[in-house]
Amino acid sequence: MSKIVDPFTLNQWYAVRTENKNGPDRTHRTRLLGVDIICQDDENGQVSIRRLDRTESQDSELPSRKRYGLVWTSLGMPESGIFEMPETEEEGRRHFVWDAVTVKTSGLRAIENFLDLAHFPYVHSGILGEEPLTEVTDYQVERINNEIWVKDCSFHQPKAAAIAEEGIHVNYIYRVPHPFVSILYKTCPLFPEKFDVIALMVLPREEDVCDIYTTASLFDNVNTDVEILHFQQKIFLQDRLILENQVPKLLPLGGRSEVSVRADAASIAYRRWLLDNGLSYGACTG
Amino acid sequence: MKLYDYILSGNCYKIRLFLSFLDINYETVPVDYYPGREHRFPDFLEINPLGQLPVLVDDEVKLRDAQAILIYLASKYDTSGRWYPRNPEAMGKIAMWLSFAGTEIMNSSNARLHDMLAYDLDADKARANAHAAFRILDDHLVEVGFAGQEWIAGTQPSIADVACFPYVALSRDGGIEHDDYPAIQSWLTRIQSLPRFIDMPGIHFMK
Ligand SMILES: N[C@@H](CCC(=O)N[C@@H](CS)C(=O)NCC(=O)O)C(=O)O
Ligand SMILES: [Fe+2]
Repeated sequence: MSKIVDPFTLNQWYAVRTENKNGPDRTHRTRLLGVDIICQDDENGQVSIRRLDRTESQDSELPSRKRYGLVWTSLGMPESGIFEMPETEEEGRRHFVWDAVTVKTSGLRAIENFLDLAHFPYVHSGILGEEPLTEVTDYQVERINNEIWVKDCSFHQPKAAAIAEEGIHVNYIYRVPHPFVSILYKTCPLFPEKFDVIALMVLPREEDVCDIYTTASLFDNVNTDVEILHFQQKIFLQDRLILENQVPKLLPLGGRSEVSVRADAASIAYRRWLLDNGLSYGACTG
Repeated sequence: MKLYDYILSGNCYKIRLFLSFLDINYETVPVDYYPGREHRFPDFLEINPLGQLPVLVDDEVKLRDAQAILIYLASKYDTSGRWYPRNPEAMGKIAMWLSFAGTEIMNSSNARLHDMLAYDLDADKARANAHAAFRILDDHLVEVGFAGQEWIAGTQPSIADVACFPYVALSRDGGIEHDDYPAIQSWLTRIQSLPRFIDMPGIHFMK
């Protein structure tokens, strides 16, 4: 391991593969927190996971779970199960799991960017925002059961989802149940009283390189899976460019960073929460 | 007209960009290139046995290869004649740079596939080859620039510029910076300033 991993980071579950992806010999290699790991499927589709930096077989075995279309593991001792997303079980939703895109930045930066409404008109112009409608109205930030909740956000979006045919006013709720995961609920254009659910599940390969898995549970009775994939990837790759250009690659925490952060309550709350939980992996001192 | 398309493909973007320059309406058939690898499955191999995007279908004409499609579209639909001038010297030069776009510059695409979508490729070699290609393009732009020529193959933008643009502009996705190529930088800006220019993810932010 390149750096001592703080316990908060170490004891989390991480998505390391999609359930149905597999390489030759039903194996899949990746990296988690600086450690090479290998997933191996047996004939029944059970996945066993090993870390490759330890020789003794009992020391190298890692836990393996399947959830949300992804395979999860941990290098530490998670205190609880994988976080719940009860909304995704609602009837009529279409579920998507999109395989990882690698981004050369700290996974924390990716989560912070996901929480930030202010970048929409500039980075996702014509889709998730449009100048001159750049104002982010006040919203609420709360900590509930050691999770961050950002509520009452709203924003005008020219094309809020693949199914949106015209600009609508979208309400947003964000939830951060895990330092490297963020779930967002946004008004569904098809049923304005319902929320579409989109989540980023970040696999920190190293402090400054991550693989980002995206899942979604949407109401859409028009677009094909591939059309929705293209919509999603277009937005995501717009973010990747921004993320890779951020300096420094690690997320500044504490010190002067708090005042220099854009006046963005969600981002400040996220950074404080990380600090309060003793996180240091993927972060630097501001 | 129908374009088999992938949103993150620079080769597909060559065609989207040119169709926008020509102001032509078309339909897209979105293909799940990543993660689905739909282009390698039998249904798509029937459309293009090479298993590659883009493919254009226009009435009875079906074409693969971005450069070939650019020649077709310019020859058929560009009434101004400026994107593919019919004189031997221009045609020769354009063919030369189209080929460069389809080979040398594609090293930038390989670096990008490795860095972004975890393709198992020799990324360092791809980056070195892409830098060598960018050096050649930058030197060329400097040389013709002395004579007041602002575009790759003549005094007007041509399909050679369209073909070379995407993977040069997208190269930072694969860790290839533009710092050493000032002539390329200004050329990229000129292309982005053309009427009806459209972007793709990875490019928009340079404006
Ligand atoms: N010479 C072709 C190459 C096209 C190409 O490499 N397309 C990529 C997508 S950007 C592709 O489909 N690759 C699939 C593969 O080669 O497996 C062209 O210029 O159109
Ligand atoms: Fe974004």
